Formats: sequence, structure tokens, C-alpha cells
Amino acid sequence: MSVSVQEADFDVGVETNALSAGRLDVGAVATFVGLVRADKLSGEGSEVSAMTLEHYPGMTEKSLETIVAEATTRWRLQGVRVIHRFGRLMPGDRIVFVGVASAHRGDAFAACEFVMDYLKTRAPFWKKEDTPEGGRWVDARDADDSAAARWEE
Amino acid sequence: MSVKVLYFASLRETLGYSHETLTLPAAVATLGDLRSHLAKRGGVWESLGEGRNVRAAINQEMVGPEVAVADRDEVAFFPPVTGG
Repeated sequence: MSVSVQEADFDVGVETNALSAGRLDVGAVATFVGLVRADKLSGEGSEVSAMTLEHYPGMTEKSLETIVAEATTRWRLQGVRVIHRFGRLMPGDRIVFVGVASAHRGDAFAACEFVMDYLKTRAPFWKKEDTPEGGRWVDARDADDSAAARWEE
Repeated sequence: MSVKVLYFASLRETLGYSHETLTLPAAVATLGDLRSHLAKRGGVWESLGEGRNVRAAINQEMVGPEVAVADRDEVAFFPPVTGG
């Protein structure tokens, strides 16, 4: 179980392989990679040209570790890896990696989705998009709250 | 009682502060009290007022307005998160 919050990019292949390297009890590895989209800005022809991710150092790592710990109590997992970048990112850049290793795909898929849903509403990151008019903070989406809420029963 | 208060993202820009150390009057007992106390500064500080979509953490854990604030706590106010 390991969490990294970093400016640097990551290698999806290396991270994915590491989740099952040297062990024979892993039957499934599910991964998610989040990328910066070049969204069209509302009512204009221009697109998001870059974004800056701010975070709360210390709390960020802590919140991700709490989410991973929660996932390991809900599913049988052999490994979890979470990497989230901060700083300035361009369209196409990787933002986040979540990888989950388990004996079977059901646990791996579910835990991977759970970690992302919780991360979206609980990890202290904020996106600011560059637009021709200057920086614009991205609004939180209600859909993210409902996605996280469905894991609470 | 003295606490460190941090502000993040759009809230930090609106307020023009990233952090401050505050000595609190005895009447401020909870996170909600602290938030109203700050909002009473008026002007841009009203963005911490009731009904505004602001989240908060005490000692790096997201908590609700009913939670007590203690001496030397690290309190943070920020907009809803948008990572991932």
C-alpha cells in the first residue's frame, strides 16, 4: 500500500507491474489513469491550454492513506498504489494513477473505483484552468458527491 | 487559545491570505464559531459566511462545524475539492 503526491510524471507500466511483481497470489490488477482534457471553454472556441493543481501538503497524503486503508477493510487486496500529481499540467498529461491488486477481478475493479470516487470528494486538491481571460478555478461537481455517496450504506 | 488558520485555492485568492495565527476569544469554541468569527471581519471575509460552500479541516482531517477547536490546532478552510 503506497501513496505518492508529486510534481513529476509517472510510468504507468512500471507502476502496474510493481503491483504483482514477485508474487503468485495476485490474480487481478485493475488500474485507473486520469488525464488533463482539453475541454472547450463555455461559449468560446478556445480550449483549456493548461491547468495548475494546488493541494494541501500533509493533509493530501494523509487523506489518500485513509482512503486506501478504508479500501483494504472493504475488499481483499494484495496491493494498492495511488499517485496524484500537482503543479502545472498540460492537456494530455497524466494527473492520477490508482492501481489495485487482488486475487480476483471483482475486488480489484470495485476497490479501484472506490478509491477514485473517494479521492474526488475527500483529497484536498484544487484545479485551476488557464483560459485566455486568466485563471479559472474548476467548480466541484454534484455528480462526484453522488458517486462517493453510493459506497455508503 | 491560539490557532493556525490556512486558506486554500479560490478562498486563499479571495481573502489575500494563505495563513495566519489567531488568538481566539473565549466565545469561539467550535469550528463553526471560528468560521462566523472570521466572517464578521466583513468585506471579502463574508465569503466564509453562512450558506457559502466552504469545507474545513482540523489538524488535516475534514470535519464538520460542530467539532471543537483546541489550542494550537491547525485549522484550514477551502472550497469543495476538485482533484482526480
